[in-house]
Amino acid sequence: MTLSLLKYRSTIIWAALVVLTIISWQVGTHGSDHERATVIVLALAFIKIRLIGLDFMELRDAPIGLRLSFEIYVIAIGALLIAMYLTT
Amino acid sequence: MPSELLTAMETTTSDTAREKRVPGEAGIWIVILGDLLVFALLFVLFVDGRSTDPELFDRSSARLNQTYGVINTVLLLTSSLLVVTGTRAIRTHVKEVARRCFIAATGCGLLFLVIKALEYQHEISAGYRVGTNDFFMYFYVLTAVHAFHVMVGVVALIFVARAARNAEGPSPNSMKLIESTACFWHMVDLLWIAIFALLYLVK
Repeated sequence: MTLSLLKYRSTIIWAALVVLTIISWQVGTHGSDHERATVIVLALAFIKIRLIGLDFMELRDAPIGLRLSFEIYVIAIGALLIAMYLTT
Repeated sequence: MPSELLTAMETTTSDTAREKRVPGEAGIWIVILGDLLVFALLFVLFVDGRSTDPELFDRSSARLNQTYGVINTVLLLTSSLLVVTGTRAIRTHVKEVARRCFIAATGCGLLFLVIKALEYQHEISAGYRVGTNDFFMYFYVLTAVHAFHVMVGVVALIFVARAARNAEGPSPNSMKLIESTACFWHMVDLLWIAIFALLYLVK
């Protein structure tokens, strides 16, 4: 079972999500430029959210309306939070 | 329509299948999209609240144990992979693998709650409560509402693990319920990704 898991895209996505989590943790904890670190952390978070939606929730194969609603949510909320943070 | 075809339509969504279909019940997507919007509002309120006193928020955030946050993130990501694998196993009629995947995913969810409880205990015993300051108000509200979703998801996963054991194999209806639970659980995972970034890492 362990070996057969590796042939699935979802396992590769999981590994990518774990790696991105560790990168955000390190950037968020050790980044000397707080503003840059926070923008990277938030951007990575919304990239991870998009991957979970498209690959784990199977929205990649969903009707266009449902997929588009999710894509708009990710881009709009991600961009809004980063913009609000930068204008603080 | 022949029953074999109906069954095939329900079960052939592999990693390579590309037919357009709504995963789970249409109704669960109203719940999921509604929850996503409510949490988005909470995230916006948090960033707006932070702008009134960034130093207080940064000082308070620095108090949190990020290791708890990282472990919980990996737990939920792993539980999501287990749920994806379990759902795929049900579609391909590998019931025992499916059952084990859902039980392991439930375990990850329970462990998440235990770590969250330890974290609450740690903060409360140090005197950081919901009324301590605005940061901790957001911390407790966001994480408690999320933890409630984890609890609902854990209960649903227990039912799904039992359904996976069904010797007759899942009916199209129960397959929809399993997919709905899977999507709800992935939403729980997805929301935590944003909560972890905002509460633990934003400076």
